[in-house]
Amino acid sequence: MLLRGRPMVCQEVVELVSDYLEGALPRGERRRLERHLAGCPHCTEYLAQMRETIRLTGRLVPGDFTPQMREEFTELFRRWREDEDEPL
Amino acid sequence: MTISGTAGAPWSCAPAVLRPVPWEMPSTASRASRDRRTVKAVDDDARLLERLRAGDEAAFVALVAAHHDAMLRLASNFVSSRAVAEEVVQDTWLGVLRGIDRFEGRSTLRTWLLAILVNRARTTGVREARSIAVGDAAPAVDRARFDAAGAWSSPPEHWVEDAEERLGAAALASQINAALEQMPPRQRAVVTLRDIDGLDSDEVCAVLSLSQANQRVLLHRGRSQLRRALETALGGS
Repeated sequence: MLLRGRPMVCQEVVELVSDYLEGALPRGERRRLERHLAGCPHCTEYLAQMRETIRLTGRLVPGDFTPQMREEFTELFRRWREDEDEPL
Repeated sequence: MTISGTAGAPWSCAPAVLRPVPWEMPSTASRASRDRRTVKAVDDDARLLERLRAGDEAAFVALVAAHHDAMLRLASNFVSSRAVAEEVVQDTWLGVLRGIDRFEGRSTLRTWLLAILVNRARTTGVREARSIAVGDAAPAVDRARFDAAGAWSSPPEHWVEDAEERLGAAALASQINAALEQMPPRQRAVVTLRDIDGLDSDEVCAVLSLSQANQRVLLHRGRSQLRRALETALGGS
C-alpha cells in the first residue's frame, strides 16, 4: 500500500517548477507536483508559461561582433605575437 | 540596442531581436541548455583551437567572435562600466593566448574561458557581484493571486502560443532584456549562462563558484522574474 504525501497547493507549485524542470525535485515531491498538475489546469498553464519563457530567452540574438572589435582583437593578437617573438 | 559606457546599466548588450528560427525545446530545461550550443558550434571550437595553437590569427578572431557576447555579458556583472567589461574580456583573451596550452579539454572551451574571465573580473571589479542573501526574495507569483487555501484566485491567462504574434519579436526581446537588466548580478549571470549561453548547471556552478542549491535558487528567481515580465507585457496581470 502506497502512502501518498500531502497534496500540493498551487502556491507551492509555482515555487517548484524551476527545480522540476531541472529534474532536481526529490521523487516524492515530484510525484506530488505531477499529481497536482494532473488536476490543475492553472498550474499546468503556469508550467507551460515557464517553458515558453525559457524558450524565448534562449532565442535572444547575441550582440554584433563589430568590425571595430575585430580590429581590436587582431591588434591584440599581433602584439602578443611580437612579444612572443622578442628575444629574452 | 547598444549601450553607453557611462550612465545606465552596463549590462545590456544584446540587440532587441529574437532569432528568427525557434529552437526546439526538449522536455527539461537542463537538457535544453546543453542543446543550445550545438554540436557544430563545439566542433568549430575544437578546430579553431587547433588552428590557433598553430598560430592562425583568423582562427583567433573567429574564436573571440564566437564567445564575445557571452564573455562581455558575464564580465558586465562584475564591473561598473561596459568599457571596463571590454577590458576584462581583452585581458582574458591575452591570458588565454599566453596559456593556450593549458586547456586540457576537461570542460568545454566556453566554460574554460568564462572561468578565467570570472577570475579576472573579480580582481578588476569595482562593483563586486554582491552576495545577495540567498534567503530573501519576492515570491515567484504575487501572494494576492492565491486564495487562503493556496489555490489560484487570479490564475494565469493563456498566452503561450501567441506571445510572439501579439507582441512581436522585437518587443519580446526588449522585455526580456529589460527584466534581465533589473536583476541582481548573480541572478542575472545564472539565468544568462543557463538559458542564453548554453552552460549546464555543473558548468555554471564551476564558473560562478556556486553550490548547486544556490544556483537553483538563483535560476528559479531569474526565470520567475522573466515570466512575470512577459506576463505583464502580454497584459495578463
